[in-house]
Amino acid sequence: MLEVRFHGRGGGGTVVLATLLAKAFFQAGYQVQSFPFFGVERRGAPVEAYLRLASKKILARTGVTTPDHVVVQDQSLIEDIGVTAGLKPGGWILLNCPIPPSDMSAFANHRVAIVDATSIALKNRIGSRTHPIVNTAMIGAFARMMEAPPMDTVIAAIRKEVPSDPERNVAAAEAAYREVRFL
Amino acid sequence: MKKVISANQAVSYAVLAAKAQVIAAYPITPQSSIVEMLSGFCATGALQAKFINVESEHSAMAACISASVMGARTFTATSSQGLALMHELLHYASGLRLPIVMANVNRALASPFNLKADLSDSLSQRDTGWLQFYCESGQEVFDTIIQSYRISEKLLLPVMVNLEGFILSHTYEIVDLPEQSQIDLFLPPAPARECLDVDNPCMFGSTTDYYINFRYKMHQDMEEAKTFCSEIDAEFKKVFGRDYGLVSTYLCEDADLILVTAGTIAGTCRVVADRCRAKGMKVGVLRVRMFRPFPGKQICEPLRKAKKVAVIDRDFSPGCGGIFAQEVKASLQGINCGLPVYEFIAGLGGKDVTDKDIELIIEQTHKMPNRGESTWIGLLK
Repeated sequence: MLEVRFHGRGGGGTVVLATLLAKAFFQAGYQVQSFPFFGVERRGAPVEAYLRLASKKILARTGVTTPDHVVVQDQSLIEDIGVTAGLKPGGWILLNCPIPPSDMSAFANHRVAIVDATSIALKNRIGSRTHPIVNTAMIGAFARMMEAPPMDTVIAAIRKEVPSDPERNVAAAEAAYREVRFL
Repeated sequence: MKKVISANQAVSYAVLAAKAQVIAAYPITPQSSIVEMLSGFCATGALQAKFINVESEHSAMAACISASVMGARTFTATSSQGLALMHELLHYASGLRLPIVMANVNRALASPFNLKADLSDSLSQRDTGWLQFYCESGQEVFDTIIQSYRISEKLLLPVMVNLEGFILSHTYEIVDLPEQSQIDLFLPPAPARECLDVDNPCMFGSTTDYYINFRYKMHQDMEEAKTFCSEIDAEFKKVFGRDYGLVSTYLCEDADLILVTAGTIAGTCRVVADRCRAKGMKVGVLRVRMFRPFPGKQICEPLRKAKKVAVIDRDFSPGCGGIFAQEVKASLQGINCGLPVYEFIAGLGGKDVTDKDIELIIEQTHKMPNRGESTWIGLLK
């Protein structure tokens, strides 16, 4: 069983990010379970979502407290909350940021990948100028980082599930797949 | 076709597949996405149903009762305070013997305000004459809604299908949505029944002598429901390849300790039971799927071979204890079985019930807490 935790802010598509990945992994033959954790129902408040992947039927109905990997949609969360809480040693942290964080000490036991998902979303005109939606770019970066799910399942999931401008979102996922950097 | 959907979406797809004719509902977290999706189906014509917007849950149930009295297949969904607001009409629906199906997304009752899972909302409606099911997966939610229409239309009793808020309602997992042709075979249009004759309207009143007979008939039909629901479940399996039972047991045959619970906690209990077995501890799990009528015989049968029973309640009756625990104890007493039952309260207000919590419950049961007192798991210091 593999567990992933996603960090974002309310209104930023964090729950959709986990759900889209669940759908893509399902298409690739995995057993999946994804669910959100809402603290307060408010735009901008920290939000978490989770994804479980397994080869066998998933029975556990608990929260995810010791994830194998984490994905952070909003760089400002790194200082606000402990994104590495419970993260297993050697696990990946995928960050949405343009340049590597100046202080990497919190990530000493982990592997770090970065992608400038905000710029990619802006370039592809996803969301607004002030609130670009970065989740589809993050999915592309995730697929490259994990070498799963296959990009064709990611693209199929985006085309099927993203209601507006699916092709711009596909383009964002593909760009992030190419541009993600491993530190 | 298999899809990754949430359990709330599974409810909506089931109501679509059941071809409900009248839907009346009022939004409330965490139920709202059910009726949002259904109103969408009605708006596009995918579902040929009348969707009635109402100003409260009390009115939602009043609309369902009115439609059902005229013979329509009806549906509503609610949660927590909304269900509480429906309370007096729940009695009307069952007393009028109306086959209404409702999904209740379990949520804690205020105060304090809380949006998360807690079974106390539906359990506090246990004496309203509604059948009650508690589900543990999106698939089971879909299947139970379909089964519920067959059950309610045969027994002429309303059915409440319960799913825990967020833990199920907002969790995406794989659900197999059957072909409509298969659903139509299993669930044809509702059989004809006595309806309100608007040309010759009648009412029942001054029933002092007869009231008890109405209630006795309801009692008989609730008893029959245990047999009928098992038959429907078996028929469902023949068509769809899945069944659930009134209770579901896991590794109970040779278990020394059986964990009894309802809803999603059962899944985590099975994970822990497997772990215990690997260490040579004989732990089993019994999930109570049907709560009304209470399947005491089906629960006692697997339990009586065990040495101890621990009931885990995500619900609480102040001044008494866990509600499932009380019912399980009453059933065991009914067969003269003195098996020690230990009571645990866990997960109220959506608090995560972790595998560590279940391990703690097993450990505490071995230490023999006082019988008749509940042990509370996860209290903050």
